[in-house]
Amino acid sequence: MLGIVRQKMLEQSLKKIPPAVSVLRSYSSAAKQMTIRDALNSALDEEMSADSKVFLMGEEVGEYQGAYKITKGLLDKYGPERVLDTPITEAGFTGVAVGAAYYGVKPVVEFMTFNFSMQAIDHIINSAAKTNYMSSGQISVPIVFRGPNGAAAGVGAQHSQCYAAWYASCPGLKVLAPYSSEDARGLLKAAIRDPDPVVFLENELLYGESFPVSDEVLDSSFCLPIGKAKIERKGKDVTIAAYSKMVGYALKAAETLEKDGIDAEVINLRSIRPLDRSMINASVRKTSRLVTVEEAFPQHGVGAEICASIVEESFAYLDAPVERIAGADVPMPYAANLERMAVPQVEDIVRAAKRTCYRSVS
Amino acid sequence: MASWGRRSSGMVHHIKALSKVELRGKAGEMKGGWWRYPLQPGVASALVPRSWPCVNTMASLFLVQRFKSSLPQKQVEDDDGDQDLDFPGGKVAYTSEMKFISGSYDKRIPCYRVLGDDGELIKDGSDFEKVNKELAVKMYSDMVCLQIMDTFMYEAQRQGRISFYMTSFGEEAATISSAAALTKDDIILPQYREPGALLWRGFTLQEFVNQCFGNKDDGGKGRQMPVHYGSSKHNFVTVSSPIATQLPQAAGMAYSLKMDKKDACVVAFIGDGGTSEGDFHAGLNFAAVMEAPVIFVCRNNGWAISTPTSDQFRSDGVVVKGQAYGIPSIRVDGTDALAVYSAIRAARSMAINEQRPVLVESLAYRVGHHSTSDDSTKYRSLNEIEHWKTDRDPVNKFRKWVELNGWWSERDEADLRSSIKKQLLKAIQVAEGMEKPPLTELFTDVYDLPPSNLIEQEKLLRQIVNKYPRDFPSDVSLH
Repeated sequence: MLGIVRQKMLEQSLKKIPPAVSVLRSYSSAAKQMTIRDALNSALDEEMSADSKVFLMGEEVGEYQGAYKITKGLLDKYGPERVLDTPITEAGFTGVAVGAAYYGVKPVVEFMTFNFSMQAIDHIINSAAKTNYMSSGQISVPIVFRGPNGAAAGVGAQHSQCYAAWYASCPGLKVLAPYSSEDARGLLKAAIRDPDPVVFLENELLYGESFPVSDEVLDSSFCLPIGKAKIERKGKDVTIAAYSKMVGYALKAAETLEKDGIDAEVINLRSIRPLDRSMINASVRKTSRLVTVEEAFPQHGVGAEICASIVEESFAYLDAPVERIAGADVPMPYAANLERMAVPQVEDIVRAAKRTCYRSVS
Repeated sequence: MASWGRRSSGMVHHIKALSKVELRGKAGEMKGGWWRYPLQPGVASALVPRSWPCVNTMASLFLVQRFKSSLPQKQVEDDDGDQDLDFPGGKVAYTSEMKFISGSYDKRIPCYRVLGDDGELIKDGSDFEKVNKELAVKMYSDMVCLQIMDTFMYEAQRQGRISFYMTSFGEEAATISSAAALTKDDIILPQYREPGALLWRGFTLQEFVNQCFGNKDDGGKGRQMPVHYGSSKHNFVTVSSPIATQLPQAAGMAYSLKMDKKDACVVAFIGDGGTSEGDFHAGLNFAAVMEAPVIFVCRNNGWAISTPTSDQFRSDGVVVKGQAYGIPSIRVDGTDALAVYSAIRAARSMAINEQRPVLVESLAYRVGHHSTSDDSTKYRSLNEIEHWKTDRDPVNKFRKWVELNGWWSERDEADLRSSIKKQLLKAIQVAEGMEKPPLTELFTDVYDLPPSNLIEQEKLLRQIVNKYPRDFPSDVSLH
């Protein structure tokens, strides 16, 4: 955790962050690396270039280059008509964007963090999510809501909640949670192209992380399907299902488990709604054990939904009860030691996996 | 606006003040807006001696100046010489006189009207957008149609044939005249008491009734509760229950219209109660900042269910709020069809030509209950309701004017009413007997394309319904 924070500080201290394209050109080796930030920036850039109806709105997205620099360079390139700096009113600019989407343009609304989307949640749920249905298909809402979601580092209770479960419970919305740069590019492009309202949950601590990307991913037509999870690591003993930052933790846990002779299969959910139930069930039918991992509060969470799905469809295949790893059921504390205790750690995942395998966890 | 208060009446002061106003000989060339409110003697006498010839032609000035919305109102300057504060947002003159802007003007903003209660044009300089026979007769007929539809559908709810209804009694002119002043390309975002606007645009009685009964011919596929009409064909955005959400959405739509450079505007309706919502602030503020061509029409009908306007806000109604956002505003008699028509025509022209929002506050009492779930006699007097229902009925008032022009007779009246009643009864009969929307429509339109889980659910549901048909309503088609 500390390593990621230090890396982020380093990124922020750089005066000029070169645009994504030139960074990549300087790498001549086969495996190109790309940060999540650059992945998102390039995806926005390409989609805005391809479709003049796409435009950005949010606090600080223009002149400031984005609160987290995700929209860097886009105001200069596309002008103030397509990159709108808004006054401080989530309810206001979300409503404005929803109205624009009713008209037929394609807004991409940035929330400085999804915690602030609470001030706009009526527009997201009662207007964006439900209008296509209520208007019997006459008014579609091709809008994307994006921004950092979940815990960051040392930001306290009102800046750390994960909203995946809240938004994913509402029919009419699609909810995506990328992990790697490939996910970020492919899913954001898919979200912008999708005629339905999409909630795109990023993670602040992952913005500066680099991931390898293939040429296919870098192509401007690259797109990932919505509703499909990805098997990040194949295994046969236990399935670990996670999304966003916890995928990285699950992969680390899998490495540790391998040393103890447990071969874990790690699923990157990518899409919270629609949830890729068939892939998760197929995996559990193979391994017979399941651990779900999320940073969010446990009650009514994504893990609970996955567990219900397994019980409904693959109960006979389970050899052990489903283990659910989640954040502590408290508003996020600020003090670093308390914060560490309130979010899942790699060791928690390892212990849970061992429990499903009836191994001692001492 | 510290200038509106009374000042010392010394002549020197007046001359000094007037020298700052551009007087160019003839009164008609007067620029600036303080002549916009000629009925505020407090201001006029403090600043201009009554002997000045200009004052007597105030009425004509009013006529000439009323569209000059882009020009700021001049103020009496009381500054410390030429010292200005250069601050983000613009230069501001300093003053060493500490003066609070009052919470209200000494006179309320007057209400624009064209017709008197007797249906006659107000004599002194009635200035309004002329309406020809065809337009007047359509406006009148639609107002009658709305009244009769409301009467019948309210009864239908009372008889248990539909679940819910909301009437527009008292506000027929406010909505129908507004729609008449727009073109079909202007997009309307209603609150929920504007079926008049939809009726004007051609939504048929059968379509209205189908929506209330939620049958298979309902354009809304039975998705919404009664009176939540919507029709993209008529540029009428589907009614959404949460209050005032349509206001920032209107700003967004108008901004998109502007980006498309369309010769059209957006019209968003809101009630007096809705102006208390946060979205009212966001919508107006945004529209002003984005310079979006949107007309905000506030139907101030005096009541938000049981909350009177005196409990809703302490400002002089809604019209004064526009200025706080930099939005030109007008207060109009919502029971006067011609006044509403003129005001909306002017507002539309301003919105489109100047690419800016406009606020119109229409005053028209809510004669009916808030809805069929409300009994307003519990919180207001029967006398009050009766007074507005009979003495101030907008439909009667307009009829008198149309008749005075020789465009309408008693025979026409009888024919119209009997024709509407017949059509309505037929429509209700047809709608009631019709099947409900088919089962498929439960699952469509959640997304653009039906997702796999809903396809599965529908299949499962059909299996169950086929297996236990007696447990399911017989008027829902399985096709």
